[in-house]
Amino acid sequence: MNFASKQIAAQPSPPTCLPWPREIVDRVGWLDFAESLAKGERELLSLWGESSSVHMAVLEEREPRLRIVTLECPEGSFPSVGQLHPPASRLERAIRDLYGLRAENAPDERPWLDHGRWGVRHPCNDPEKIDSASDSYAFLPAEGEPLHQIPVGPVHAGIIEPGHFRFSANGETVVRLEERFGFVHKGVDQLMAGASIERAARLAARVSGDSTVAYSLAFSQAIEAAFDVNVPPRATYLRALMAELERLANHFGDIGAICNDAAFALMHAQCGIVRERILREAARCFGHRLMMDRIAPGGVVVDLEQENVAALFTLIEWIELMTPRLIALFGDTTSLQDRTVGTGFVSEALAKQYACGGYVGRASGRTFDARKAMGYAPYPQLTFEIGAAKGGDVDARVWVRFDEIKASLRIVRQILDEAPQGPIIAAWALPEDWTREGAALVEGFRGDIFVWLRIRADGVVQRCHLRDPSWFQWPLLEAAIKDNIVADFPLCNKSFNCSYSGHDL
Amino acid sequence: MQKFLLQGLLRRALTEQAPIPNPTSIAELGYTLERTARQKLGRSLSIREVDAGSCNGCELEIHALSNAYYDLERFGLRFVASPRHADVLLVTGPVTKNMREALERTYAATPDPKWVIAVGDCAFDGGVYCESYACVGAVANVVPVDLHIRGCPPDPTTLLKGLIAFVETMS
Repeated sequence: MNFASKQIAAQPSPPTCLPWPREIVDRVGWLDFAESLAKGERELLSLWGESSSVHMAVLEEREPRLRIVTLECPEGSFPSVGQLHPPASRLERAIRDLYGLRAENAPDERPWLDHGRWGVRHPCNDPEKIDSASDSYAFLPAEGEPLHQIPVGPVHAGIIEPGHFRFSANGETVVRLEERFGFVHKGVDQLMAGASIERAARLAARVSGDSTVAYSLAFSQAIEAAFDVNVPPRATYLRALMAELERLANHFGDIGAICNDAAFALMHAQCGIVRERILREAARCFGHRLMMDRIAPGGVVVDLEQENVAALFTLIEWIELMTPRLIALFGDTTSLQDRTVGTGFVSEALAKQYACGGYVGRASGRTFDARKAMGYAPYPQLTFEIGAAKGGDVDARVWVRFDEIKASLRIVRQILDEAPQGPIIAAWALPEDWTREGAALVEGFRGDIFVWLRIRADGVVQRCHLRDPSWFQWPLLEAAIKDNIVADFPLCNKSFNCSYSGHDL
Repeated sequence: MQKFLLQGLLRRALTEQAPIPNPTSIAELGYTLERTARQKLGRSLSIREVDAGSCNGCELEIHALSNAYYDLERFGLRFVASPRHADVLLVTGPVTKNMREALERTYAATPDPKWVIAVGDCAFDGGVYCESYACVGAVANVVPVDLHIRGCPPDPTTLLKGLIAFVETMS
């Protein structure tokens, strides 16, 4: 393409977003969407901002189809979605902190990620320098004679990420839990803007360390959608293999840790052994225990050697042997059930309202799984059943994780048996034309991860939005802990295991 | 449950032989430990882990140190819940600006003599986040660091090498 034709080539408005087109709506249309979310006709997947527009991704209820809508807001404000549909509220607060766009009539206008310590306000959009060491923050009140407050964090007693929890308790019983986050905010949105695709992929892989494979996969799929890259079949199988190994390792680690929080160390020790063996096999097969940076736009960067296939089979056989024993250990220990059954209840209605993914949603009757619903390769070729329960308590979340373990073992077996031979990465080049947009929704171990990105004509990321499943799980933890005792909080918290880093970004 | 308990009695322990400590780490430590009351502590150390903004990758591997394969406690090293009980702060992450004060206060709450070990590439120089408006960068920019253990994230063996080098230098 010569320079003249480049000049003539018209920029489509908006640039085509693939695989789901982005639609422009006016304020009335925007509010229509918000109302349909409130009525439960659609589910909110994400809400994010840019310099003078806000975008919303929703899931149509009847057919699992994604829609992305955009509202231009040159005046710097947009009608609040949160006023009608509470799950949008924290996302709106984050948009205001980072992009300075205000949600009109928002139910909560307090800052969320901004603690007044960055030296700038709305750093991603026309930043304004400030001279502030920290902002004061008003926690929601809980009033009454016998109530007292217990502040916890940001530095916690265990080896976990930082965040602040404010318990209002009546004796031992929690009356209200309020979360305050943003402590691990690393400015990923701004680092992404202007980054090369290669650097952006490294950043995406480091949004949440326990989901590094899932984030790399989501980012790569969005790039591939934008540039219409065909990923070689073998690469899709290897990607799924890594994703399932990551899921297995995390589920075993978490089940052990949940039991440990109920003072049942035996389960923790046994699950820790399984997790370690999975990570060691991952390191042997792919050269990194967490399989960081092994998935790249176009495919994967490491092939699975034939001799490692046998080693993986051995590992899977051993886990298949161990799993029923661990299930029996969990299921037959009544002192453990005493702590897990009925603890940290999340209702089906809340899980649905918050479009809560992963094991938290599945344990409360919402059976969405991006692997099935989106049907990205190679999952349509594989047979597996996702777990489901309606108990909604800590116990149900553990059982759903056991179901997911069984499903993952089945998937890994099929991949090892059926993965085709061939190239592992597609050669692709940046087309010299206009700006491209892509989106993806993939299933991480924690739930569905959404990515939307726009790549400029010079091959640089203009905007990349990554939405962690934790955004819609954290608020449910506040609901789950209500009426439980303070001492059961670690148990509830661990059964959710939401990400701080992925949420704070 | 009996099966697991019986197995625990009859089987050989899973715990592996300790790795040989890294000579460069020993050199880095020699100087800082010379000056301190190492006799007081012997080979026993209490560690307080502080996540000052990591992606959680480092924490996963620090967790792994406690599993049956690595069994950190056999070296007299244990994780404690409060900085008041700690000799060592194990700090991860490209210290975010929102965590800076919490890290400073944790350091201040740790009684003397105390040491800081910075874990991971982010803790060394900010890693991929080093240019961010929201990060301070290296842990050493906030509190004095006695030892760096590099990696993204460092695997448990690397962590163990660093920590063993640390206690070896002390005893």
